Amino acid sequence: MDAAARSPETATSNILEVRNIEVVFNHTVQVLRGLSLAVAAGSITALLGSNGAGKTTTMKAISGLLGLENGAVTGGEILFNGASTLNVKPHTLVRNGLFHVMEGRHVFEDLTVEENLTAATYARTGASARDFDRVYDYFPRLKERRKGLAGYLSGGEQQMLAIGRALVANPRIILLDEPSLGLSPLLTEEIFTIIARINAEQGTSMLVVEQNAAMAFAVATHAYIMETGRIVIDGPTERLARDPDVREFYLGIGEEGTSRDYRQVKHYKRRKRWLS
Amino acid sequence: MDWLFLTEVSLAGIGAGGLYALTGLAFVLIYKATRVVNLAIGEILMVGAYVFFGFSAGLALPFWLAAPGTLLVSGLLGAGIERTLIRPMLGENPISIFMLTIGLGSILVGLVELVWGANPLRLPEFMPTQPLFLGEAYVSPKVATAFAVASLVVTAFLILFRFWRGGVALRATASDQAAAYSMGIDVPKVFSLSWVIACMTAGAAGMLVGAIGGISPTMGVFGLSVLVVVIVGGLDSVLGALIAGLAIGLLEALAGAFLGGEYKTLTTFSLLVLVLMVRPHGLFGTHEIERL
Ligand SMILES: Nc1ncnc2c1ncn2[C@@H]1O[C@H](COP(=O)(O)OP(=O)(O)O)[C@@H](O)[C@H]1O
Ligand SMILES: [Mg+2]
Repeated sequence: MDAAARSPETATSNILEVRNIEVVFNHTVQVLRGLSLAVAAGSITALLGSNGAGKTTTMKAISGLLGLENGAVTGGEILFNGASTLNVKPHTLVRNGLFHVMEGRHVFEDLTVEENLTAATYARTGASARDFDRVYDYFPRLKERRKGLAGYLSGGEQQMLAIGRALVANPRIILLDEPSLGLSPLLTEEIFTIIARINAEQGTSMLVVEQNAAMAFAVATHAYIMETGRIVIDGPTERLARDPDVREFYLGIGEEGTSRDYRQVKHYKRRKRWLS
Repeated sequence: MDWLFLTEVSLAGIGAGGLYALTGLAFVLIYKATRVVNLAIGEILMVGAYVFFGFSAGLALPFWLAAPGTLLVSGLLGAGIERTLIRPMLGENPISIFMLTIGLGSILVGLVELVWGANPLRLPEFMPTQPLFLGEAYVSPKVATAFAVASLVVTAFLILFRFWRGGVALRATASDQAAAYSMGIDVPKVFSLSWVIACMTAGAAGMLVGAIGGISPTMGVFGLSVLVVVIVGGLDSVLGALIAGLAIGLLEALAGAFLGGEYKTLTTFSLLVLVLMVRPHGLFGTHEIERL
């Protein structure tokens, strides 16, 4: 481990550090080329980039799910709580407090809402009714439908369930891959409000991948922007939001126009300060 | 029509159907968790019957030792098969794995013939033999016992699947493997567990089938009827295995009694074709839930 490259300050305050990783699929296709990022303990950090940039691959590399798709980290290092995650089994990582909410929600459709939550307690000992109640406090709609099959939930409710499963597992960090995928702006807003609340109230660190950059900027304190397998820009979101390049290429992308997105940014900043 | 005869035949059929359901459950368990179509299930059942023979006749152990011993050996057999043959093949073409289980079935037959020979044998009696009457209808006490045991085991399964956290983990793995991994379920352990439980179930079924009809290395053909059962019921449906098991047991008995033994297979396979034409996933098999 190169101690020189780690300032003492980052060594103690980062819950997750990805250092210069390379990821290859099927021994041939290189998708990540020297990607580095860090998540400060207790923070929400955003990872942005266009489709196919490698955001999901980054998350799978961290949570150990690459092996399922014949992908492998061929270089670099990933540290969670200072310990390497490479060669650690996915379920052990979950037990240690790293939870990956996958893109596309992946609820167990033929299990009930409650059973979905139960499945997420498998890795921990001593989950109780209180842990379920905590989920239902954040997502009252799940409580109403707890005996119903998850496959019959709406898209927004399925996303709530996906986040709820992370909550019952009581992790130290949640990797959230595109929580707003396919959701209406209103629902997206609702989900992000709750994400910010969970972060503030439970102290759970988060790494959030999001297409809606404005929304991500509103809740995150730090953001990384990636293109084709590596980070191209990063910094505190307050600074990035003023960066002309970022404004043009990432915040301007919103279909409904830049001005509307900016109003949302300010709205969320205010709301977050009020919540935390 | 002779109503008494009809009732007796039906009861015998439903009794046999209980064993189809039990073995079908073993098949469904493996398919549900691992998506492996295990064509060796009949031969695993056969091995269970012979292991019980070895313990109870060979070593002259009492039933209360021979039966748990058989379950233990069957479970270990399941763990061994999963670890050495199936797990290295995961991710391969399903047809290859399917062929592998056919090969496995032949190997098991060969091993049993090596140890015990090819001739049919009788299991030591361990079931009640007093004649049993339901009203006026005679029921074979062995068939009745087998049916009762099968019902108990199946009920225990249904309860475990619903309320035991490991059962929920198994269904979660069956539903979405990647998601199961992502929430800390030890998926390889679930695979192994499903093979262990399924082979124990098949071993238990082997003891029951053997007690009724005797044992022989070819008794694995029982697996063929079970295959019909699970295809009709839906490969991944526990409920389907139960209902189709009972229905096909009944149908075979009726066809055998009223049309003649040679019509049994014809009737069940006709049912198979009919069901598949109307419902390609079987009566209770799942495709994806269409979201409303
Ligand atoms: N299992 C896989 N095998 C091969 N290539 C893959 C696999 N998964 C993703 N990729 C490729 O890696 C690149 C990044 O994909 P992904 O990480 O899903 O991007 P993002 O989440 O940023 O949209 C894409 O070009 C994609 O085609
Ligand atoms: Mg993605």
